[in-house]
Amino acid sequence: MLKIFEHIGRYFILMGKVFSRPEKGAIYRRRIIREMESLGLDSIGLTAIISVFIGAVITLQMCINLESPFIPRSLVGYATRETMILEFSSTVVALILAGKVGSNIASEIGTMRITEQIDALEIMGVNSASYLILPKIVAAVCFFPFLTILSILIGILGGWGISAATGIMIPDDYVEGLLTDFKPYSIVYSLIKTAVFAYIIASVSAYCGYYARGNSLEVGRASTRAVVSCSIVIMIFNLILTQILLI
Amino acid sequence: MIRAEHIVKSFDGRVVLDDISVEFETGKTNLIIGRSGSGKTVLLKSLVGLHEVDSGRVWYDQTDFTSLGFRDRKAIRKDIGMIFQGGALLDSSTVEENVRLPLDLFTNQSASEKRDRVNFCLQRVRLNNANGLYPAELSGGMIKRVAIARAIVLNPKYLFCDEPNSGLDPQTSVVIDNLIHEITQEYHITTIINTHDMNSVLEIGEKIVYIHEGRKWWEGSKENILQADNRELNDFVFASAMAKRARQAQ
Repeated sequence: MLKIFEHIGRYFILMGKVFSRPEKGAIYRRRIIREMESLGLDSIGLTAIISVFIGAVITLQMCINLESPFIPRSLVGYATRETMILEFSSTVVALILAGKVGSNIASEIGTMRITEQIDALEIMGVNSASYLILPKIVAAVCFFPFLTILSILIGILGGWGISAATGIMIPDDYVEGLLTDFKPYSIVYSLIKTAVFAYIIASVSAYCGYYARGNSLEVGRASTRAVVSCSIVIMIFNLILTQILLI
Repeated sequence: MIRAEHIVKSFDGRVVLDDISVEFETGKTNLIIGRSGSGKTVLLKSLVGLHEVDSGRVWYDQTDFTSLGFRDRKAIRKDIGMIFQGGALLDSSTVEENVRLPLDLFTNQSASEKRDRVNFCLQRVRLNNANGLYPAELSGGMIKRVAIARAIVLNPKYLFCDEPNSGLDPQTSVVIDNLIHEITQEYHITTIINTHDMNSVLEIGEKIVYIHEGRKWWEGSKENILQADNRELNDFVFASAMAKRARQAQ
């Protein structure tokens, strides 16, 4: 238990260093763009593939489980939309990105730590925590909401595609369901969650990598620790944010 | 000049540096030698502030480095160049970007001025046409030379080298040793090198400090190390069969 408090304390000390005044704005801007490419753009493919299949599967399962003359078929489109917006495209995509992006960040920074690259930056008088971690946090927080919107759109399209391809329901019914009782606030809720999860993924993974010690085995362990920690923290914050924002 | 006064450093209760006091002179190639695990790297990292000492003081000329906070140390760190054992080049940056980084961060030079300075430093370490290469594409000797170029790009007053010859063949080791020695004299900087390469000791060791089990055991120069009357030092210096034969031949 004490260990957890030690980690929380060290995490906040690290964040204090991360958010101290940057050395030179122009350098950071360049790094943010680079990180957007490696953390964000490179995740579009994975997000799109998972979203299209999950959208299709949700639609199929809804069709099978809501087989009743008393339930309108359009409810399938409504349920798919709500599932994608409220939970899948923010929370589940964040968990997937915790695996891809989180392990990437932890192993990159962990490798820099054990190969003394971070020491080299410190010797130059660079605030290594800010230089390495801040651009990743900014890039993730700015870019992941676009991934969420993309995931929502592609997931809904996947549902429409499967209904049209298999004939399990009439696509027009699906579209009617999509347009039923749409609340724009759901999108805002989803984007707020995504921004918070993006911060968690970037900062917690960076923390795990930054304090890696020893050899290459430690980098692997830091990477695993990052994915596990991010997943747990995301689930906790999912609950907290849902309570605050929806209830 | 860099002066360490009564440095003590321990990890988890284990004393690694025990009351070390030593002065490293300006314009000279100062060597810290000792067996693996003797505390050389910890001493070097304590001097540059990568390890906080438990007690004692480190002076950079007239400034007490140990009493300074992160922001005040920054001013001195801009005068420090350091070459790490593995080079510690940023993997995701090219040779040019690695050498240019200190200029980007701490100067207001124009792009062409920076390019000229980077090219000058790379030529100084005899590394041409490597600007666009990544560290993964370089040999061990080239990595060390890029690290030297990066270390000198801001005209440092102090140069620290942690085992600059490790992993290099004897010929390349000599090239690196000579390069560091030349730069030390050319720019009149205080250079401190951690090494256990006896060839370096005898070639460039103007001042040598021998560390044994975390204590300063001996200090002198390359001229008197072979005649030193110190059993631990002699065990270290004449450990190889070749050195023993050379001593017998004397």
